[in-house]
Amino acid sequence: MKMPRDRLIRYSPLDRANHWTMAMVFVLLALSGLAFFHPAFFFLSHTLGGPVWARILHPFLGVVLVLLFYAMAARHVRRNLLGENDVQWMRQIGDVLDNRDEKLPPIGKYNPGQKLVYWSLVVSIALLLISGVIMWRPWFAGYFPIPLIRFASLLHAVSAFVAIVTIVVHVYAAIWVKGSVRSMTRGWVTRAWARHHHGLWAREQEEAQRREQQP
Amino acid sequence: MINSQNIIARSATTTEPPQVRSHVEEVAKLIDVSKCIGCKACQVACMEWNDLRDDVGECHGTYDNPTDLTAESWTVMRFSEHESADGNLEWLIRKDGCMHCAEPGCLKACPAPGAIVQYANGIVDFDSNHCIGCGYCITGCPFDIPRISPKDQKSYKCTLCSDRVNAGMEPACVKTCPTNCIEFGTKTDMLARAEKRVGDLKALGFRDAGIYDPAGVGGTHVMYVLHHADDPNRYSGLPKDPRISPLVGAWKGVTKPIMSAIIGITAFAGVIHYMTKGPKEEPEDSPEEEHRATRDGGVPPASLGYDATRRRPGAGRNADDRPQGEDR
Repeated sequence: MKMPRDRLIRYSPLDRANHWTMAMVFVLLALSGLAFFHPAFFFLSHTLGGPVWARILHPFLGVVLVLLFYAMAARHVRRNLLGENDVQWMRQIGDVLDNRDEKLPPIGKYNPGQKLVYWSLVVSIALLLISGVIMWRPWFAGYFPIPLIRFASLLHAVSAFVAIVTIVVHVYAAIWVKGSVRSMTRGWVTRAWARHHHGLWAREQEEAQRREQQP
Repeated sequence: MINSQNIIARSATTTEPPQVRSHVEEVAKLIDVSKCIGCKACQVACMEWNDLRDDVGECHGTYDNPTDLTAESWTVMRFSEHESADGNLEWLIRKDGCMHCAEPGCLKACPAPGAIVQYANGIVDFDSNHCIGCGYCITGCPFDIPRISPKDQKSYKCTLCSDRVNAGMEPACVKTCPTNCIEFGTKTDMLARAEKRVGDLKALGFRDAGIYDPAGVGGTHVMYVLHHADDPNRYSGLPKDPRISPLVGAWKGVTKPIMSAIIGITAFAGVIHYMTKGPKEEPEDSPEEEHRATRDGGVPPASLGYDATRRRPGAGRNADDRPQGEDR
């Protein structure tokens, strides 16, 4: 695909398809899970066709999420390790929140906030998988002692809470930083966007591009 | 569900359940273990009255048959042989089933509104029509009583014959018991009777005889008279101090409102931040921006568009300079 000259590709079609599939699955999981979490949210069980269907489908959807998420996460580990300027960026979190971006150091493809989202989900989804299997009736719960199921139930609720708060932050960040939603729907960002928000990544991409253009 | 107007607790419900019929006496079933002969007539009466026909099981070399509670066996006799310190063998037989706790762990854990109710008379009943089959009642119960049926994925347990009791009759097991080991009446009467029996047992030499009405679950509406109340565990693992597990308490207690609130506050904080600080607008291409990104090298913005997700054959020969793998 020939991109206009002022754009950089940020997410491949596969990444985008994976992301939005996960997004839909996550929303269904969160809504059906909240239904079992607190009576105030019980009506949400109808998003999966009623409370019994929600109980049946929720764990299977969870497995789908796990497969999609870790297939994606495994490919992005390196980009989510602590990188150049990340500590400095975190120290200036006040500037980040106040939109004083010009004071921030250039950072890589993901900023520390995005990396925190990544690791928070890597951990919470793993805990959700383990605790979820232990609670899963009628298939698996019968193989585990009841005290363990109790612990798993609490762990599942806490991990889900962490994951949901993380996703709330993730969604808000996407609304907050203009241009980022388009990067996940259409795949590209403007060069100006890349330089402004992810200076090191922009430089890296442009260098790679320059090398490719040299005969 | 047998009566919809004297419900004092209802699962997954944060408002008051209907309880205008308030002058209801608490009932209790008293099981005098010292009188039980293990005939299992109560098991038969239970299946007969409740129209339950469990699968025929296998002999496991003990009298326990079936060996455990199931969705279709709401009460079972549990036999244990205990050798006391002085060399005496004691054959201890306990009728197991729902204890009808005053503070029921099943009801606390249940996420389906109205699937578990507690009547003013103390009976904890499953309205299986509202059951979703999640098994949280099993997780919540301190006595390991509820069972999910493999046929319909609904949870079942002893109803204390709530249908019979509502019509002024005693539970089927009580009616059939040939030794009067099982009695039924108001909780007050049953406690008085139990105390008298404990006195008799003590006179007979059972110094540790006592009533099993555990305070940890607020007392129960099924009580035992035990000859060894100091060690209930000896009766096929009857818990000494049952209570709703702190894990279940945390899971179904404070964490729910706190975590719900934090999720809401987080979302609300986003709204406030957006309204006060505003978004990070899409940056225009400016010389200053260009400088930030390219001061250590890079390409001028006039170069051709670059698709970082595609590789052309022969491109990027110097592999070490390229980002690794799919992840770019």
